[in-house]
Amino acid sequence: MSLFSILDVAGSALTAQSQRLNTTASNLANADSATSSTGQPYRAKQVVFSAQPLPNGEAVGVRVTDVVQDNSPPRRVHDPRHPLADEQGYVTMPNVNVVEEMVNMISASRSYQTNAELMNTAKTLLLKTLQIGQ
Amino acid sequence: MTRLDELFNFSQTALKVHAYRQQLIASNIANADTPGYKARDIDFAAVLKDVQAAQTKPQLQPASGQDATLFGTELLYRSVVQRSVDGNSVDLDIERSQFAENAVRYEAQLTFVSSQIKAMLAAIQG
Repeated sequence: MSLFSILDVAGSALTAQSQRLNTTASNLANADSATSSTGQPYRAKQVVFSAQPLPNGEAVGVRVTDVVQDNSPPRRVHDPRHPLADEQGYVTMPNVNVVEEMVNMISASRSYQTNAELMNTAKTLLLKTLQIGQ
Repeated sequence: MTRLDELFNFSQTALKVHAYRQQLIASNIANADTPGYKARDIDFAAVLKDVQAAQTKPQLQPASGQDATLFGTELLYRSVVQRSVDGNSVDLDIERSQFAENAVRYEAQLTFVSSQIKAMLAAIQG
C-alpha cells in the first residue's frame, strides 16, 4: 500500500540525513586535528546521496552511496611554537571549512525534521484510514 | 459488481490515487538533497479519469490487474522555478504545501466514505 511506503521513503531519508549529520559532526570535531593515526592532518569527509528506488512501486528513497574525502589543500597556519611546525614555522591543519560545515549541519537537521514530519502525517492518515465507517 | 460495490468504487479509486500521489511527493521530499534528482508528480484529475475508464471498460485493463493502470500512469516532472547547480529540481516549499494539501484531500475523501457508509447503514436498518 502506497501510504506504508511513505514510511520507508521517509525512513531512508532519516538514515541518510543522520549519516550526513554524523559526518559533519566528525568534521567539526576534527577541525583542528593537526595529526591523526596516519600521521597526516585530518581531511574533511562528505557523504554522497543517490536516489534509490524501493522494490515496490514508484517510491524513491535516498541512500548514502559513498563517503568521499575532500581533496582541497590543507590549511597552513604560521605557529613556530607548535610541536608539528616545519622549518618555516608552518603547521599543516585539516582542510575543514567550519562555516561550510555549520551550514551543512543546519541543512541536514532541517531535512531530518521535514522527513520526521512526513512520517507523522503518513501515520495520521493510516490511522484515520483504519477508522473508515466508524 | 453489486450496487454497494459501485457506490464505494469511486471513493476507493480516489483514495488510491491520493495515496499514490502522497507517496510520490514523499519521494520528492526525501530526495531534496540528492544531486540530479528531478521532482515528479501526477496530474490527479487525468489519472483518476484513466483509472475509472479502465474500470468501466474491462478490455482496457492490462493483465497485471488494477494496480498496474495506476502505477503505469505517466509521471510528470515539476517545472523548475529556481535552477540549482547540482541538477536537483526539488523545491521544498512547493513539495511541502502539496504534501499537506494532498493529506487534507485524502482525509476529506475518508470522511466522504464514512458518511456514505453511514447513509447506507441508515437505509438498510431504517
